[in-house]
Amino acid sequence: MELALVIDPDKCTGCRQCELACSFRHTGAYNPSRSRIVVFDFHTKGRFVPYTCTQCDQAWCQQVCPVEAITNENGIKVVNEAICVGCKVCTIACPFGTVNYDPQSGKVIKCDLCDGEPACAEACPTEAIVFTDIAVQGYEKMREWAERTDTGPQASA
Amino acid sequence: MSWTGKILRVNLTDGSITEEPLNMEWAQQYLGQRGLGTKYLVEEIDPKVDPLSPDNKLIFATGPLTGTGASTSARYSVITKSPLTGCVACSNSGGYFGPELKYAGYDMIIFEGKAPNPVYLLVEDDNVELVDASDLWGKSVWETDAAIKEKHQEPLLHIATIGHPGEYGALLSAVVNDGHRAAGRSGVGTVMGSKNLKAVAVHGTKGLKVKDPEAFVAAVNAGKKVLAENAVTGEALPTYGTNVLMNIINEIGALPTRNAREVQFEGANEISGEAMHRPRRSDGKPNLVTNQGCFGCTIACGRVSKIDPTHFSVKDKPQYHIASGGVEYENAWSLGADCGVDDLEALTYCNYRCNEHAMDPISVGATVAAAMELYEEGVIDKEETGGIELKFGSAEALCAAVDAMCEGTEFGKKLAMGSKRLCEHYGRPELSMTVKGQEFPAYDPRGIQGMGLTYATSNRGACHLRSYTVASEVLGIPEKTDPLTTDGKAALVKAFQDATAAVDSSGLCIFTTFAWTLEDIAPQIDAACEGEWTAERLLEVGERIWNMERKFNLDAGITPDQDTLPKRLLKDAAKTGPAKGLVNGLDKMLPEYYALRGWTPDGVPTEQTLQRFGLA
Repeated sequence: MELALVIDPDKCTGCRQCELACSFRHTGAYNPSRSRIVVFDFHTKGRFVPYTCTQCDQAWCQQVCPVEAITNENGIKVVNEAICVGCKVCTIACPFGTVNYDPQSGKVIKCDLCDGEPACAEACPTEAIVFTDIAVQGYEKMREWAERTDTGPQASA
Repeated sequence: MSWTGKILRVNLTDGSITEEPLNMEWAQQYLGQRGLGTKYLVEEIDPKVDPLSPDNKLIFATGPLTGTGASTSARYSVITKSPLTGCVACSNSGGYFGPELKYAGYDMIIFEGKAPNPVYLLVEDDNVELVDASDLWGKSVWETDAAIKEKHQEPLLHIATIGHPGEYGALLSAVVNDGHRAAGRSGVGTVMGSKNLKAVAVHGTKGLKVKDPEAFVAAVNAGKKVLAENAVTGEALPTYGTNVLMNIINEIGALPTRNAREVQFEGANEISGEAMHRPRRSDGKPNLVTNQGCFGCTIACGRVSKIDPTHFSVKDKPQYHIASGGVEYENAWSLGADCGVDDLEALTYCNYRCNEHAMDPISVGATVAAAMELYEEGVIDKEETGGIELKFGSAEALCAAVDAMCEGTEFGKKLAMGSKRLCEHYGRPELSMTVKGQEFPAYDPRGIQGMGLTYATSNRGACHLRSYTVASEVLGIPEKTDPLTTDGKAALVKAFQDATAAVDSSGLCIFTTFAWTLEDIAPQIDAACEGEWTAERLLEVGERIWNMERKFNLDAGITPDQDTLPKRLLKDAAKTGPAKGLVNGLDKMLPEYYALRGWTPDGVPTEQTLQRFGLA
């Protein structure tokens, strides 16, 4: 079973507990500017969207790294800080912008799923971010839509 | 830890900016935010200073837990001497601005003097500068927010700003950050405008550390669990927002209606938190889009609404066809029940306008309500109002009156000075529903007796957030008391006042106290901050703050005979509901309250009391 972060923006309240938890886990300080997960606030639409690395199977970042600092650890693409030279090529290669250069360390940072216990999912108060079996991540959504399925005769206009 | 230990001092007169260490001795006595900011204020200004003169100061203060992982760690306060009340002003706001200031490395900013020309302060970590704001003067909160982000090409800036009313001297001006979170009350935005300070824009990238990370995470997680499992903070507030109260307060006959002539509103259900969920007849969509949490908040009571685009208030005005801050209980009351208006879309429009132009919607609505009574009494006419048929119940009149304040028309400017000055101007001071010049909020003290003492003794003029005894008298938190009697209310009010002052100084939101006691909060502060913090110590800090504020007000010339209520609440009995036949029994509570406080029978802290708190 492969676990992944599954994000449901409809449930997000924009509280940023995920950013707090992520930065605290990785830096020992509360510092959203160094969080690997970011909540985007589409204010005039009333929509908040947490966004982070989805751990691509064929990861662009991993493939372009010239020093092989990014490795695949049971599906998680992990930056080995001791090897990373801060060339930032992976930040260009990533189509989603979720690998970023950290000026404070001179290395790139990205979501590493906290060694299998993601702090963001743990901190999220509304289950907008859950860490779950990727193979059945659509199950709950399917159930919701299944419930609405109505094969009875349609009302005519 | 978890203070940053640094403050910024900005002299607007000569443009100098200096960094100072935070006075840690005071931090141990006053904690932060409300307490510590007020301590700096009372030490640095003459209490008799003209609030709108350059000699007044304006302080943006965070608490030690602001920006940490604690739930509701969003809060900051704006502290100054109020031009509305002449008292100490301390208005609290959420959103994302406060934490950002901490991440930039500062606990507090103290503004002094007056800039020769409009400016805004830009804070990006150690880079702090005053920037010319001539092109922003006259612009709204929303325009200013967008313009500053655009100019610096930095979408991550969080901006606190005033609108046009704060510039023209409207005494109901707020400071609004992040588009729709307000340090709302007592005219703190007016002081900002008087200093030619348009905005404060902040982005920070420094981390905040806590004293004992392991203990802190444990205390924070325990606290979050309590919030999630509590019926108010875990269910009612996220689902319905504070406006869950509308039907409850109406039911118990404590909803001031039509300038507090009545205590129950026949249209309450139409403007309730429940109504915000109902599909509209016009377009089949509900008013409410979603709920929103301020930074770090696991309650998420905030409302994000969308106005029906075909509604008369926004027809042909696409700029208001967006999602933005929806009504909370207080402004749904002030703009709604108090004006007799049951049109939720109109209230939402007026709320947008108050956010857009940084005005306090409680005072705005309550002042329009007073003007409506003046109109109905024939004291003012259509000529005086600039053509507005200012009748109770008219949504059109309400919207027009709020527009007039935003735009600063001749009548709008009179309204924007607040109901005390408005009613005095027209020779009917008794129609102003204010204490010490500030409009009282959404709880009628005839139906909730403790709130009478709350309003009368609040150090910033009438206010529910200084001792929210509604929690006990209506909701049974921490235990149920009878809202219709005055018995025990002096002690209840004092206990709420002291605890609230401590919470307001921590960086946390007072709404947590629907579920938390100081016993839940103390371990979080203790694990984060230097010193040993217990519930008892927090209560002592709270009482110290209360006495400090009281002393400042007395020194400012606010006499204890102003610890009173509008005559209507003391003489005219409630006409309907459970409180029918009752007036507020303030005279039964006040002497006992003074005694419990260690004040003289005349309401002055005794030498002994002042000494006890190091205030002599």
